[in-house]
Amino acid sequence: MSTATETIEQLANQDYKYGFVTDVEADTIPKGLSEDVIRLISAKKEEPEWLLEWRLKAYRLWTSMTEPTWPNVEYDPIDYQAISYYSAPKKKPQLESMNEVDPEIRSTFEKLGIPLEEQKMLAGVAVDAVFDSVSVATTFREKLADIGVIFCPFSEAVREHPDLVRKYVGTVVPYSDNFFAALNSAVFSDGSFAYIPKGVKCPMELSTYFRINAASTGQFERTLIVADEGASVSYLEGCTAPMRDENQLHAAVVELVALDNATIKYSTVQNWYPGDKDGKGGIYNFVTKRGTAAGRNSTITWTQVETGSAITWKYPGCILQGDNSVGEFYSVAVTNNRQQADTGTKMVHIGKNTRSTIISKGISAGRGQNTYRGLVRMGKGATDARNYSQCDSLLIGDRCGAHTFPYLEVRNTSSQVEHEASTSKIGEDQIFYCRQRGLSTEDAVNMIVNGFCKEVFRELPMEFAVEAQKLLGVSLEGSVG
Amino acid sequence: MLEITGLCAGVDGKEILRGIDLSVGAGEVHAIMGPNGSGKSTLAGVLAGRPEFDVTSGSIQYQGQDLLEMEPEDRAREGIFLAFQYPVEIPGVNNAYLLKAALNEVRKHRGEEELDAMEFMALAKEQLEVLQMNADLLNRPVNDGFSGGEKKRNEIFQMAVLEPKLAILDETDSGLDIDALRIVSNGVNTLRSPERSTIVVTHYQRLLNYIVPDVVHVLSGGRIVKSGGKDIALELEAKGYGWIDGVTTEVSV
Ligand SMILES: Nc1ncnc2c1ncn2[C@@H]1O[C@H](COP(=O)(O)OP(=O)(O)OP(=O)(O)O)[C@@H](O)[C@H]1O
Ligand SMILES: [Mg+2]
Repeated sequence: MSTATETIEQLANQDYKYGFVTDVEADTIPKGLSEDVIRLISAKKEEPEWLLEWRLKAYRLWTSMTEPTWPNVEYDPIDYQAISYYSAPKKKPQLESMNEVDPEIRSTFEKLGIPLEEQKMLAGVAVDAVFDSVSVATTFREKLADIGVIFCPFSEAVREHPDLVRKYVGTVVPYSDNFFAALNSAVFSDGSFAYIPKGVKCPMELSTYFRINAASTGQFERTLIVADEGASVSYLEGCTAPMRDENQLHAAVVELVALDNATIKYSTVQNWYPGDKDGKGGIYNFVTKRGTAAGRNSTITWTQVETGSAITWKYPGCILQGDNSVGEFYSVAVTNNRQQADTGTKMVHIGKNTRSTIISKGISAGRGQNTYRGLVRMGKGATDARNYSQCDSLLIGDRCGAHTFPYLEVRNTSSQVEHEASTSKIGEDQIFYCRQRGLSTEDAVNMIVNGFCKEVFRELPMEFAVEAQKLLGVSLEGSVG
Repeated sequence: MLEITGLCAGVDGKEILRGIDLSVGAGEVHAIMGPNGSGKSTLAGVLAGRPEFDVTSGSIQYQGQDLLEMEPEDRAREGIFLAFQYPVEIPGVNNAYLLKAALNEVRKHRGEEELDAMEFMALAKEQLEVLQMNADLLNRPVNDGFSGGEKKRNEIFQMAVLEPKLAILDETDSGLDIDALRIVSNGVNTLRSPERSTIVVTHYQRLLNYIVPDVVHVLSGGRIVKSGGKDIALELEAKGYGWIDGVTTEVSV
């Protein structure tokens, strides 16, 4: 009989269910990045001059920037000239009805559990489906338009709602923010745009499903969500990619703006291909996400369940500008096999009496490396601001690692910051206890892991919470024998 | 019910059990006593299938099956229950949730309908009352922050809900106050029936006043050095272990 430690060490192949490739004729531009490529992307999207200029400025800045080396992750240098920056399925990218979606693509999304026909969908969830560089379908648009909610592909928003886009794009994450944000600003292809007008509580979940399909491409989407005064919205994103031996880059930017009394809840279930058990292939998920709680009493909540990607580098943050505004970050990050994650949040308190909560749950298995990195800054004017942070790490086996880097900057005397951290291990004796009661090892691990993540799952919309639990089970499959 | 023959077992090449023969019939209660470090918990652990123990020779038949071939969870589903000497804490996992999952595994195994949350809670509440256990223990994480006595009661509570065929209680009486001792003993006695057997590991004769054993065994140095009626326990209480031939009382570390 082998001991639990041995079985914990036996890392079986991770069962990634979304690794198939869709055979679809694509319009893929040649590899490489230059001003001409950016002009080409902009032209394909029939963009206005101001946006092209903005892209070019970002590009020029990017060429002078260097890739950040401070994250606690290791990877071979990325050759930015070996990536194709635009790939779109051929045949009518603009669609009037779902029936015009390429059947191959439609069946791809169906296989992923995202039917694009409205009658088949979960009632109450509107989906924007992004395939490689373009949005291929957005459901329930008319229904949303009736109450003034705009939910459409980003590129369409540029054409149809230029004033709104121009007013907000780059205001939360300027192109100069960091290396990957600059790259994204230069080459972003599509993404979702949502605007919730004054006083409207969006009656459905808005959601974007990102799918990378083509080889040797990157996905650089940009999402912008604006909740006007008194508005509220819950938005979900999901993502998957085929299994490939090469690494693929996903460098997205997400900007949220909440005005007075507005609420935005942004939830992510990230399941990009993580690479195989030896660390071959997988997505580099280098993402900049930030929200500005611009108005008084506004709230921004980030909830993320990060199970995929070879490398994850993201810090969804909140700029708490409005007085009494609230920022929340709930995160579960799993690294199994050779996965690496350096993730956390930034809570920047500017307004008076602002509050933030950080709950981070890192799970490491196999040789996974999991880093929490979080900044809490209490500005001079953030009187009576409060932060509570809790960072828990769970280790499965003894070849994985967990690291915590909390940064604190307090510039006034009336604010309060509280930080708690813990590291625990799933013990052989815990697993044995459960098995003695009749549970299989796998069920025991799932139960312990789900118990560990409970506070975060609670924050997810219902259907997603169930999905997330299942996903966690799959991600850790084989981590314990 | 249970037939142990020539059982030798150890850990990391260190021999702990050195030839155990023990036969427990259906409906019987056997008490196992013996000095610290004599191998009582090891025996209990081997019966439950604790993976760190290696069985080097001997055999165990349980209800006509080769127990040593069975995974720990299968043993549990077949009705073996171990009340742990040191119940482990599992933060984050709700006590009721674990027990419901456990009960449903057992029921599934027996081909019975699984219980839903409502049905389970009704059953659990009933047993809580019998054991005079505080209902809030149900909704707390498994053993997390429980007092020593609460942990022991929780083990018996789980046993009462799971209704095992062979219950092994490893020093469940240690750390219990007098009232709890009576309550826990009642719990065990209620389960007593012609089809169920119990192995009670204890250091104290006192428990055996409540749970009256059919046979008492004295384990020492990994062997059963004496077996007999319940009066052995009384004698041990009065004289210590020294009077029994072959008892080694120093604890080997
Ligand atoms: N996992 C282990 N690794 C190393 N030695 C062990 C292990 N488990 C038990 N032992 C040793 O085996 C011997 C028997 O231990 P066991 O726990 O079975 O004793 P016990 O009779 O239950 O004692 P107590 O009355 O103190 O509970 C002891 O010397 C103990 O140190
Ligand atoms: Mg013991």
